[in-house]
Amino acid sequence: MNRRRFLPVLPILTLLVMLGPVVAGLWGTLLPAFGHLPAVGLTGPSLDPFRDLFGWGGLPRAVMLSMSTGLLATSVSLLIVMLVTAGWYGTRPFRALERLLSPLLSVPHAAAAFGLAFLIAPSGWLSRLVSPGLTGWDRPPDLLIVQDSWGLTMTAGLIVKEVPFLLLITLAALGQADAQRSMTISQALGYGRVTGWLKTVFPRVYAQIRPPVYVVLAYAMSVVDVAVILGPTTPPPLSVQIVKWMSDPDLAMRLEAAAGALLQLGLVVGALAAWRLAEILVARLGRYWIARGSRGRFDLIVAQGALIAGGVSAILVVLGLLVLAIWSFAGFWGFPSAFPDGFTLHNWMRFGPGTLRALGETALIAFTVAGAALFLTIGCLEAEYRHGLAFSQGAVWLLYLPLLIPQTAFLPGLQTLMLSIGADVGRGPVMLAHLVFVLPYVFLSLADPYRAWDVRMGTIAAALGARPDRVLWQVRLPMLLRPVLTALAVGFAVSVGQYLPTLLIGGGRVATLTTEAVALASGGDRRAIAVYGLMQTGAALVPFALALLLPALVWRNRKGLRHG
Amino acid sequence: MDKGLSLKGVTISSGGAPLLSVSHDIGSGEVLTVMGPSGVGKSTLLAFITGTLAPDFRAEGEVWLDGHNISDIAPHQRRVGILFQDDLLFPHLSVGANLAFGLRPGESAAERPGKINEALDEVGLSGFADRDPATLSGGQKARVALMRMLLSEPCALLLDEPFSRLDAARRAQVRDMVFDRARARELPVLLVTHDADDAQAAGGAIVTLGG
Repeated sequence: MNRRRFLPVLPILTLLVMLGPVVAGLWGTLLPAFGHLPAVGLTGPSLDPFRDLFGWGGLPRAVMLSMSTGLLATSVSLLIVMLVTAGWYGTRPFRALERLLSPLLSVPHAAAAFGLAFLIAPSGWLSRLVSPGLTGWDRPPDLLIVQDSWGLTMTAGLIVKEVPFLLLITLAALGQADAQRSMTISQALGYGRVTGWLKTVFPRVYAQIRPPVYVVLAYAMSVVDVAVILGPTTPPPLSVQIVKWMSDPDLAMRLEAAAGALLQLGLVVGALAAWRLAEILVARLGRYWIARGSRGRFDLIVAQGALIAGGVSAILVVLGLLVLAIWSFAGFWGFPSAFPDGFTLHNWMRFGPGTLRALGETALIAFTVAGAALFLTIGCLEAEYRHGLAFSQGAVWLLYLPLLIPQTAFLPGLQTLMLSIGADVGRGPVMLAHLVFVLPYVFLSLADPYRAWDVRMGTIAAALGARPDRVLWQVRLPMLLRPVLTALAVGFAVSVGQYLPTLLIGGGRVATLTTEAVALASGGDRRAIAVYGLMQTGAALVPFALALLLPALVWRNRKGLRHG
Repeated sequence: MDKGLSLKGVTISSGGAPLLSVSHDIGSGEVLTVMGPSGVGKSTLLAFITGTLAPDFRAEGEVWLDGHNISDIAPHQRRVGILFQDDLLFPHLSVGANLAFGLRPGESAAERPGKINEALDEVGLSGFADRDPATLSGGQKARVALMRMLLSEPCALLLDEPFSRLDAARRAQVRDMVFDRARARELPVLLVTHDADDAQAAGGAIVTLGG
């Protein structure tokens, strides 16, 4: 195919691949929500699905859980990240957190949630470590900690995963905010670290990280896998209930699910609007606070509190993985022993073959999807470079759209639509569904380093007679090997962690490490869960390690490429 | 005029505001120096000639090289060489591979290493072919960048303040080397600088922009 014609088409193709399923899925939700589902002989429009939905006794509680966990998880993790950055940026404790950042980010949500459950449950590791010595318990106390009816543990599980994500995007935004000089000035004017940062740097940083913050809010309100593992069950949060209705053998329940999905969408839109209003309010209060000129008397306490919160959130994930590792090798482990009576390979022998099959499926999907996303991303960025076909500022929001619309709002519709047009569910459609969520992350990960490449290198190469394709393959991509591999690893990790698209679009027939692990949640076999959770973590973590290692190896004799 | 580089009524504007306009013929082996403070659009002029002008600029006029209008052909087909103030050696390639990237294809593969070694010998860098460019001194990098450009057999040479990063001692040495090589190959040279010494050493006509 003629490349001159091919390259400019890629941005449009990318948007189509990313937004097509979202639009189709919303359409597929809208019809059954108003009683139109010819597959079961129903033609709308009718308001019965909504009548059924509002007739469900658990609805008020399910709605409240969705709102409270989402808003609480987002505001607490944002608060922790902002205050830790304000109080500690550039210091030694902050660098320690930064070093933990990449591994923490790549731990899948489900694995982190299982780890947390194994830590803080009444029979969890923390309770075992202090029992019976401090507590006097020789049986697990009868407390509902995991799956508590307020959803607090679920919120905590979301916070420990969103803190590293928000920290990452904050660090990226700080690079462009000229933070260092503002801090020098404000400290010279007598402001404490935290107060000075909040008054001078925070407004610029927040303007940059706003879209990802919205993504966190939309995600936390509608997450399914973490809610299944840590969330309450009677009733569950709305998103979990939607999935339950979707998997009901009675196809008519899909109508109620679709109505629920629309409600979920409305809740997220409402919460985003409320968040926007809160931003305006905070900005107004902030201006008043700045005008008063207070220098920050409590800075030290605030900074220390934030560091403790950030440290605890990081340590919980690390300890969670550790306790998963212990359980995966545990022989008999009775309460309240701090450690198992013995260690054995038995669990790995028993669940190993199953995890390997799931790993194969996971890796095949993740590699194909991340590769396709990388191809489209490089195509878009190259079209921008060669033909000036850049996304406008408004189109950048389109990148965030698949992440802002709750998965539970359009995936059920996409599944229903596919069934009603007779399309087969399975691996191929699952890959397409994953691509919707993988593409934005791969694009956002690669775009900055790709654009930061010195275009004079391209001018020189062209002046030396190199065609644009040769410049791309022999100069630009080799120089960008590390960010390219990192973007691939990001895409891989995002795909590995996908639960709902795999479950719904796979029609229950595509078994990845994530779907298998979450399916084990209700059974409560800790050894099986530990093996699957660790494999899931490994599948997400290993590509990141390779993305660091390979460029260092390939370019070991090239000083100019070592730091970047 | 047949041989040489000609700018015919070149006018560049940015967002409706005119930036610069130049009309000049540079004959073989001659140097034209374009002077002016930074921000006046000197590098933009060079980007227009190499065909890599950013889309937010508008340009009119024509560039002719050795009797051909090159205004509308792709950058890699123009045979216009350029050197920037940074050496811009490809950091992932060895010194020899950088030169090989520049060397025109056409000869047998067996002759290429010999050509590359000759080029290194010519600038006093014998035996540097396998070195990592990041381990070279500033003056050495500048020499490799020059030879890489010359091996691609350009028909004209553009210089975008190429000596401003070098210290005073190296500066005159590298400058003479560049002008000697360009004269020996009878290349028309367009030098952009804000340094009066460079303009003096170039010894050709001087155009001042934005003065």
